[in-house]
Amino acid sequence: MTASVRYDDVEVGTQLPSKSFPLQRVNLVMYAGASGDFNIIHWNERIATAVGLPNVIAHGMLTMASAGRVVTDWLGDPGALVEYGVRMTRPVVVPDDDRGAVVEVSGVVGAKLDDGLVRIDLTATSEGQTVLGKAQAVVRLA
Amino acid sequence: MALNPEFVGRTYPASAPYLVGREKIREFANSIGDHNPAFHDVEAARALGYSDVIAPPTFPVVISMKALATAMFDPELGLDYSRVVHGEQRFNYSRPVVAGDSLVCVPTIDGIRSAAGNDLITVRGEISTESGEHVVTTYATIVSRGTAGEN
Repeated sequence: MTASVRYDDVEVGTQLPSKSFPLQRVNLVMYAGASGDFNIIHWNERIATAVGLPNVIAHGMLTMASAGRVVTDWLGDPGALVEYGVRMTRPVVVPDDDRGAVVEVSGVVGAKLDDGLVRIDLTATSEGQTVLGKAQAVVRLA
Repeated sequence: MALNPEFVGRTYPASAPYLVGREKIREFANSIGDHNPAFHDVEAARALGYSDVIAPPTFPVVISMKALATAMFDPELGLDYSRVVHGEQRFNYSRPVVAGDSLVCVPTIDGIRSAAGNDLITVRGEISTESGEHVVTTYATIVSRGTAGEN
């Protein structure tokens, strides 16, 4: 139950490895099934556009899960995560084509706290626009 | 209809116990494309000090969703399901969810406020084992679009 990153080895501004997450319709279907969230705007283009969305959108929790991987992959032990929160500020639109959407996530050490804790600030964008606000994780380092 | 502010602080009964299965964790991890060995490989999870595979950090929403729905869709609260979107989500962990856990969730309405013509309601879910060990607290803020100020 210990992170593979040492508290003494990071400072404010230390970058975490960035990642790209391709999201296609099949990923939304898989997430709906695994999570039990069958909200129709995540799989039915007819209804999504009828309620004013540009197209089917990804579950906010799927975007949050993807962004969190930048932190947990860096930690080694995902259990070193103490706190994780986001605001869903803009939907990730997933068109029905061969590409779908891509969510780009980067992370940086935003603050070193007491007791071996560090705050990570995440940035998540799709089509060049920010999709998560105040995306922050608190982790316990070795 | 604006939400009834008298509901702040109201707590609802605990959900029925949710038995966390190893294959459910693997299925959820696959659905988010996450191949971290701690979520899939029992030996890898044990090497990190856990008794079995652990769940990805956002997995607790699977457990909290039903319990929170009980609170959010209390008819007296006045939330219209067709107008709601998920606005914010936060987790505070005591430890990760581990396969074999039997978990209950107690929902409480933490806050109701209005912003930019929308009603926002925050529901806290305290997730613990049946024997009372705290595992994670979830905070979900649900936005009811365009309902603030209506009567």
